[in-house]
Amino acid sequence: MPLALSTNHLAKTYSNNLEALKGINLKVEEGDFFALLGSNGAGKTTAIGIISGLLKSTSGEVEINGLNQKNHSNEVKKMIGLMPQEFNFNPHEPNIEILINQAGYFGIPRKDAKLQAELLLKKMELWDRRFDVAQSLSGGMKRRLMLARALIHRPKILILDEPTAGVDVEIRQSMWHFLTQLNDDGMTIILTTHYLEEAESLCRNIAILSNGELVLQSNMRKLLARSKRQVIIIDTIEKVSHPIEISHCDCEVLDENTLQVSQGEEVSISDVVSALSEQNINVSHLRSSQNRLEALFLSLTS
Amino acid sequence: MWIAYKTIVIKEILRFTRIWVQTIVPPVITTSLYLLIFGGLMGGRIGQMQGIEYIDFIVPGIILMTVIMQSYANTVSSFFMTKYNNSFEELLVSTTPNWIILLGFVSGGIARGFCVGLAVTLTISFFVEINIFSLLIIAITFFLTSIMFALAGFINAVFARTFDDISIIPNFVLLPLTYLGGMFYSIDILPSFWRGLSAFNPIYYMMDAFRLGFLGIGSIELWKAFLVPISMIILLAIIANALLNRGVSIKTE
Repeated sequence: MPLALSTNHLAKTYSNNLEALKGINLKVEEGDFFALLGSNGAGKTTAIGIISGLLKSTSGEVEINGLNQKNHSNEVKKMIGLMPQEFNFNPHEPNIEILINQAGYFGIPRKDAKLQAELLLKKMELWDRRFDVAQSLSGGMKRRLMLARALIHRPKILILDEPTAGVDVEIRQSMWHFLTQLNDDGMTIILTTHYLEEAESLCRNIAILSNGELVLQSNMRKLLARSKRQVIIIDTIEKVSHPIEISHCDCEVLDENTLQVSQGEEVSISDVVSALSEQNINVSHLRSSQNRLEALFLSLTS
Repeated sequence: MWIAYKTIVIKEILRFTRIWVQTIVPPVITTSLYLLIFGGLMGGRIGQMQGIEYIDFIVPGIILMTVIMQSYANTVSSFFMTKYNNSFEELLVSTTPNWIILLGFVSGGIARGFCVGLAVTLTISFFVEINIFSLLIIAITFFLTSIMFALAGFINAVFARTFDDISIIPNFVLLPLTYLGGMFYSIDILPSFWRGLSAFNPIYYMMDAFRLGFLGIGSIELWKAFLVPISMIILLAIIANALLNRGVSIKTE
């Protein structure tokens, strides 16, 4: 599969000597839904800033669809749509103008820009608010406006820096659905997020940055398969008054109706439920105590 | 590139017309007060300046002062605000070249200078009969002046970090230079030392050319009056473009 994005020893040291990126080699395939994860200050936003042209790198190269960013700046910029983490539009400008102007900066005639803006605002359910100024929108609406703006010039690669931060569950779900549709239509999507379940459910490949270094780049399924133990919380119908033992598992009684079971690699959930049943304990509910990706993320970045 | 340029100019014009109460009304009121106080009340006692009634003498200066202040104010405030709310990133991620960005913002400054200058001229025409000696000289002087101060405003905005930084230059540099550039008086009446010092004030040349365009009187040769702002424009344009290319205060170093 050809690469949509590749970085070669990409490094950035800020003027205050902060080494934000220490020569990362990132590879994202065309059509991928890619998660770029890392804790605060890991270098995600710096990497995205360089890739999208907002920041200058100290050294290293960026290639977008085989084109070197420095030598083909305009072609590369046309291929990238960026939805940044912070709101970066003029809050006093009407929403439709924000989209039309952004299209104009990419050389799209006003007439075409209006049509594309209408299409996107309708998709984002912002059409009724098109003449309102951006500052009058709610946080979730502002995020959708930024997503629409990132798509106004029909990029091939969409970079989303914390797209669902501060967005309520309903809108988050609809954004996920919309992003999945875009990806199904062939758009490469690079996502940074602090919601690891978001990355787990949307992305096929993943890279984790820590202190400016790329500590992992992998396929999501393979990565999750590396997680050997899963911790589950079990609500029981019967009261548990004695210590519970299940082979290859560590069990802890949290309270009289709750158990925490750390499952071994070779033990399935049905094995756990059966083992409890044999001890006359029936399960009413069970849930994962920790996202698998979260556990891996913490082990890699801590 | 033409589309990007047009987009920036339309955006700039919409911006200052949307807030016309802040951008157009105050200069019109200030102008009326200038005419009332300096022209109507004091002008009669002053009599004539270079053989012209005082109220007529100060008209070109008042219009040019408006053009200077408004062209400067538009670029300095607009560009600073794009930095302040990070909306400049919209341009950074786009294919718009830096010189088009500069040209667009400067054109916005020229447009505001023209609109407010025209509004002020119309207001003045209610008080006094406006003479026009040469529309061409007026037009050239207007363009040179507004381009020069729009560029200066842009450079100010590049370096500005706070709102204070964008008001210091207009209040403490531009306004005194305008007053000392012969807005209310002819340089010829100054003692030779002060007359010599005025030669270092670029506004003096523009004021003189503008007055020539309206009243047909001037103290310096026209080519000199045009050469100074043209030289300043070239210098300021080179500086502004270099600052943009280096990403000063726009791209984090």
